Amino acid sequence: MSNDIIISATKLTKRFGHFTAVDEITFDVHKGEIFGFLGANGAGKTTAMRMLCGLSMPTSGKASVAGFDVYKHNEDIKKNIGYMSQKFSLYEDLTVRENMQLYGGIYGKSKAFIKDKTQEIVDQLHLGNEADKLVKSLPLGWKQKLAFSVAIFHEPGIVFLDEPTGGVDPVTRREFWNMIYEAADKGITVFVTTHYMDEAEYCSRVSIMVDGKIEAMDTPAELRKRYNAPSMDEVFLKLARKATRSE
Amino acid sequence: MMQSISVQHIVKTYSEKKQTIKALNDISFEVSKGELFGIIGPDGAGKTSLFRILTTLLLADSGTATVEGLDVVKDLKAIRKISGYMPGRFSLYQDLSVIENLNFFATIFNTTVDENYDLIKDIYSQIEPFKHRRAGKLSGGMKQKLALSCALIHRPTVLFLDEPTTGVDAVSRKEFWEMLRRLKEQGITILVSTPYMDEASMCDRVALMQSGSIMTINTPQGIVQSFKNAIFGVRAKNMLHLLNDLKSNEMVSQAYPSGIYHHVIMKNGESKEELSAYLQTKNHQQLEIIDSTPTIEDCFMNLMQENNE
Repeated sequence: MSNDIIISATKLTKRFGHFTAVDEITFDVHKGEIFGFLGANGAGKTTAMRMLCGLSMPTSGKASVAGFDVYKHNEDIKKNIGYMSQKFSLYEDLTVRENMQLYGGIYGKSKAFIKDKTQEIVDQLHLGNEADKLVKSLPLGWKQKLAFSVAIFHEPGIVFLDEPTGGVDPVTRREFWNMIYEAADKGITVFVTTHYMDEAEYCSRVSIMVDGKIEAMDTPAELRKRYNAPSMDEVFLKLARKATRSE
Repeated sequence: MMQSISVQHIVKTYSEKKQTIKALNDISFEVSKGELFGIIGPDGAGKTSLFRILTTLLLADSGTATVEGLDVVKDLKAIRKISGYMPGRFSLYQDLSVIENLNFFATIFNTTVDENYDLIKDIYSQIEPFKHRRAGKLSGGMKQKLALSCALIHRPTVLFLDEPTTGVDAVSRKEFWEMLRRLKEQGITILVSTPYMDEASMCDRVALMQSGSIMTINTPQGIVQSFKNAIFGVRAKNMLHLLNDLKSNEMVSQAYPSGIYHHVIMKNGESKEELSAYLQTKNHQQLEIIDSTPTIEDCFMNLMQENNE
């Protein structure tokens, strides 16, 4: 199992002045896993995620992502991961096709690659009639699915998803998770945060952060058993109620 | 007068260049005095347009609406005096401190914080230790509590809360709804919107909204009871393969993930045994099929499908 570790963090810590946002978190994520990264607002999820994406230098501890060290090779990490958040993902004033060209170009992909991949996504999402329309004219559900496709356009080994399904309708939410499942099935590792506790059940493993520390980490089934809870929602409530700080 | 809010045939469209978007498509509903009424729907359902019309901040194209018997067009000033409004986007003064914001809103409504302290005490006491902190420097949960305190400081008869729990974690969301239940006990009518379907159960009645239309209005129990089909919960070791096998079977009308189990609706009332027999031919390990109860999400998706047909 140890050979297929794609994210590894050991005592990873981030302090802002006297405030320890992330407090010695240690965990591994395996290739092809859907890893749910849960925690209350202010638990330290975003800070931890920013360190793993090479956007923020840790204060101490070790971490590597896709084989690259977060201190020394953070630029290589950025090239080898995909990222999508609910807040920002696509350029609204560019067309569907232009967005894909832009992202493909930024990641240094060839014209031929971009052309083929664009066609593949347009077919997959049935966007044939919308490919040359501005992204802002698309319904939200399509935007989110397109944003995910764009996040893995350059075929990264890992994709980080920060609350990707906030506010979307329940049918789209499930279609979105279908795309996540398929990506994981192809070997892409998915690192995802969410406030929907039913989505926590869809993860291979989840970690729950409380006050900067990882309080629990296991498969959803194991966690439900350990905390004697009928659902992940209950597990989360039991753990997160212990929190003493909020953001 | 038993109705606090009455909405009749409201239509609102937005035009941008050649495109016309129908944000509200002939919406009608009524909210009783003292009711906690939820507008449940995803982004783009039209929730915010509706709230802005009811709070007199936006004019409808057609239709009428009243709040406590006052017309949203003719009596806007009177409505503003008796309504509390918490918009979806944080709209307090970021450069003023917590207590300055609260004093500011109290003064605008010609009252004082002391006069109505009893109403906000439950909520405000949680952020009082930070009362000299600038509002812009507060955490999301604290901003939410301050915004609710400011919306309540003039003791409104009706409270409009537009997506107060969006982006808020499960624990804080639960606490927020407990606060709303306590406000309801004070006799305040509350209209609240949310994209989280599980929050429907906290409301007296809800309207399920999608693409500018209300699909149904009922109590949360009533919505669940009106779901006609039987739902099976199915799980196995490999949930992705299970889902694909379920979707490709002709007996199955719908199959989709729903927490621990996949929810399955059969086309012609086929039994669990028939479904089980089929799945066993697909060699699923640790297969389990149970009778499941529909959730609000199941009902919402079912109504979405009926509307599309």
